[in-house]
Amino acid sequence: MNSHRLRWFSPSRLAIHGTLLVACAVYLIPLLVMLLTSFKSPDDIRTGNLLSWPEVVTGIGWFKAWDSVGGYFWNSVKITVPAVLASTLIGALNGYVLSMWRFRGSQLFFGLLLFGCFLPFQTVLLPASFTLGKLGLASTTTGLVLVHIVYGLAFTTLFFRNYYCSVPQALVQAARLDGAGFFTIFGRILLPMSLPIIMVCLIWQFTQIWNDFLFGVVFASGDAQPITVALNNLVNTSTGVKEYNVDMAAAMIAGLPTLLVYVVAGKYFLRGLTAGAVKG
Amino acid sequence: MARLELRNVNKRYGSGLPDTLKSIDLAIDSGEFLILVGPSGCGKSTLMNCIAGLEEISGGEILVDGVDISGMSPKDRDIAMVFQSYALYPTMSVRDNIAFGLKIRKLPQAAIDEEVARVARLLQIEHLLGRKPAQLSGGQQQRVAMGRALARRPRIYLFDEPLSNLDAKLRVEMRTEIKLMHQRLKTTTVYVTHDQIEAMTLGDKVAVMKDGIVQQFGTPQQIYNDPANQFVASFIGSPPMNFIPAQLVRQEGQTMALLDSGQERCALPVTAGEEWLGREVILGIRPEQIIQGSAQGNGLPAITAQVEVTEPTGPDLLVFVTLNGTKVCCRLAPDVRCQIGDSLRLQLDPARVLLFDAGTGERLDRAAVAPQHEHVA
Amino acid sequence: MNTATARLRASPLDALQRWLPKLVLAPSMLIVLVGFYGYIGWTLVLSFTQSTFMPNYRWAGLTQYLKLLDNDRWWVASKNLAVFGGLFIGISLVLGVLLAVLLDQRIRREGFIRTIYLYPMALSMIVTGTAWKWLLNPGLGLDKLLRDWGWEGFRFDWLVDPERVVYCLVIAAVWQASGFVMALFLAGLRGVDPSIIRAAQVDGASLPRIYLRIVLPSLRPVFFSAVMILAHIAIKSFDLVAAMTAGGPGYASDLPAMFMYSFTFSRGQMGMGSASAILMLGAILAILVPYLYSELRNKRHE
Repeated sequence: MNSHRLRWFSPSRLAIHGTLLVACAVYLIPLLVMLLTSFKSPDDIRTGNLLSWPEVVTGIGWFKAWDSVGGYFWNSVKITVPAVLASTLIGALNGYVLSMWRFRGSQLFFGLLLFGCFLPFQTVLLPASFTLGKLGLASTTTGLVLVHIVYGLAFTTLFFRNYYCSVPQALVQAARLDGAGFFTIFGRILLPMSLPIIMVCLIWQFTQIWNDFLFGVVFASGDAQPITVALNNLVNTSTGVKEYNVDMAAAMIAGLPTLLVYVVAGKYFLRGLTAGAVKG
Repeated sequence: MARLELRNVNKRYGSGLPDTLKSIDLAIDSGEFLILVGPSGCGKSTLMNCIAGLEEISGGEILVDGVDISGMSPKDRDIAMVFQSYALYPTMSVRDNIAFGLKIRKLPQAAIDEEVARVARLLQIEHLLGRKPAQLSGGQQQRVAMGRALARRPRIYLFDEPLSNLDAKLRVEMRTEIKLMHQRLKTTTVYVTHDQIEAMTLGDKVAVMKDGIVQQFGTPQQIYNDPANQFVASFIGSPPMNFIPAQLVRQEGQTMALLDSGQERCALPVTAGEEWLGREVILGIRPEQIIQGSAQGNGLPAITAQVEVTEPTGPDLLVFVTLNGTKVCCRLAPDVRCQIGDSLRLQLDPARVLLFDAGTGERLDRAAVAPQHEHVA
Repeated sequence: MNTATARLRASPLDALQRWLPKLVLAPSMLIVLVGFYGYIGWTLVLSFTQSTFMPNYRWAGLTQYLKLLDNDRWWVASKNLAVFGGLFIGISLVLGVLLAVLLDQRIRREGFIRTIYLYPMALSMIVTGTAWKWLLNPGLGLDKLLRDWGWEGFRFDWLVDPERVVYCLVIAAVWQASGFVMALFLAGLRGVDPSIIRAAQVDGASLPRIYLRIVLPSLRPVFFSAVMILAHIAIKSFDLVAAMTAGGPGYASDLPAMFMYSFTFSRGQMGMGSASAILMLGAILAILVPYLYSELRNKRHE
């Protein structure tokens, strides 16, 4: 695809670069506006406009934002970390079985599981909330962890299963002849070569769970709510004067962890998206 | 080392599916080299996996030194295997690859080190021990894969098409090396290949398989000179055996097969039952068994045919002519002078010509041979 | 055949090994059967009951569905989904394909530009919604910016205009997802055999023509998966509406996901909420089944 020789200063070349640059601006402006607004004072916001530089750069919006959503930030951490780790581990084991230890019915199970990638969660919200209530986990972060593990399994299993399907079966056979058992083969042979897919899976699950709003708002109102729910409550309260600098700072706080992960490990993020796209 | 015997082994994947392996009976003595050869999908790899225990058999027995191991898990069978893809553990060094099976079996570290050193010396891979498989060439990976199998000193070695991923030159080298290794170590070996040259050169015994059935089991010479059927005859030998349809007639008190080159006709005395007279059969003649007619008569039947294509291969000259409407390859000496369009005098040795049933492909003229080495379905 | 042969059996530990794969998979199988299919069934049952604030298993037949189809708000939500989904998918595809094709022209710093196009996908829809709610704020947002920049008569108040509020959702959603479409197509373009393009160039075809007639048609599978995923995002869209408009003004920007949430959890109409969830599932299946069917059929042809 890269074989078209066009001089880069030709008119068509200029048009291409121009369009790409404009697009860059369009994608970046919302982020820029958020940042600018978050550092402005409320008066500044009223007198200036979206892209005007703050008259005085003030961190007051960030402090107020942290005061109102900071606690929920830690809720999100408490939910995300265990849920990501557990769903990844279970997904890895499932993928291992579904690729290397197939048995009668395992393919059918994979098909049933795959549907979970498309499942509109609205169809399970009510029964899930009844179940969490019965378990005494309603409105707890533990309950949310559980829900995220269950409904994350489809994707984590898919990731690992597809990855291990590209690993030659002979590797497992060789290890079996060498005398290794089920878990030894997994731990000594497959896991050490799974780093890329572990990264993909961790990042995918991290963004999914951190960014989740639906489960958060349904299962964890009040003290246990994750930051997305807290942010939404902050932004959509109709009481008092709107402090847009606080809103934007809170939105940045909610968005920063996933943005950071994206900047650091964008390669794996993209692979997760497209891996999900191929089969999910 | 151990004696390996397969008795009536069957393998079926599902109740509705046809058998993948059909009553396989094979036996080799301790230290013998058995080749399983056949086209892809013939069941040879499945059979090997069954011996290794990677797949369960649906019926029959697999005996090692008289003990049925078919119910045992692979790790207890004391069998090592070299895989087509080598299956080296990618995250482990060569040393750890070789040592893995020993570590799992909880050998003391000193014994492991000693064994790794012995194997590395044997295969001349001492300088590679610290590397990862990805840093090795195909041939080196192949050696490591063999080293991993050798390190365990198992009772039986299995090779699953170990040379098929190597380039042609390396393949020949490794073939020789495997042969040398086997002569030195005298290990009981089962070797799966689809390459008939490997089958002929390496094996003490060869089992030619097709559709899950052993077509013929015998020494390479038996397979080559006395194939049980047209499939075995066509599978072994390069260039392959010529198959010429011909009529059998009674002439001068003898059964004769008629040949027609378009220029000349000739009758070839053959051995076949009366019932085949007047019917069409298939004559099987290997290219090297057709020779250039000599000026002084040697008594062999001769026929003149027109040269259609010549292919000098270096050591031989392959000449193609048409007999009975079929293209026939003749392997002549390289110094034979002939050009396309020339008429060439060819002679065939009737004693070497094989007869096959045109319908079933079975041999018509084959005497009963030592039955314990035969299994013809 | 029947010579006396000792037959060695597998040890109990080996038997356990044989069962391990099934044991390991069993919890997940249970989870999937109960948590996915069992719960869908449960919701289906609820949709046939008179449940309101609490589950109530008195049979109601199709009443809830009939009530739903008679509900003006549901129709607004469905119509919005059609408009939102259609525009969101269409615009994202066009933009994504365009950017992918442009980025495929040996652009320096391509990786960097790609990173910029894709970053919104890493954000929560709540963050996206919050940001765009501010950007489109009538009075202080783009509205004011363009007037400040000298476009005196510019008005932009779609966010509070019941007729146009749904387009605001489209803008935010396209901003978030078009980079993803770009990434999908760029990966697809990289997989196209370059000799095809060279052959077409030799034949004298212009570059735009080569892309339109040869390259893009060969990316049909990418196109279908992109539509699949975008449609899926559209149908499940809930957070974006919640953050940007909360369904307002009134219920002018409701989507089925929002409808389901408010009827089930705020308005105590569990039965009707369940019915709406089942209809959403039906919509997903209506897209998924033909897609999977064609996928499987293609695989068989390969």
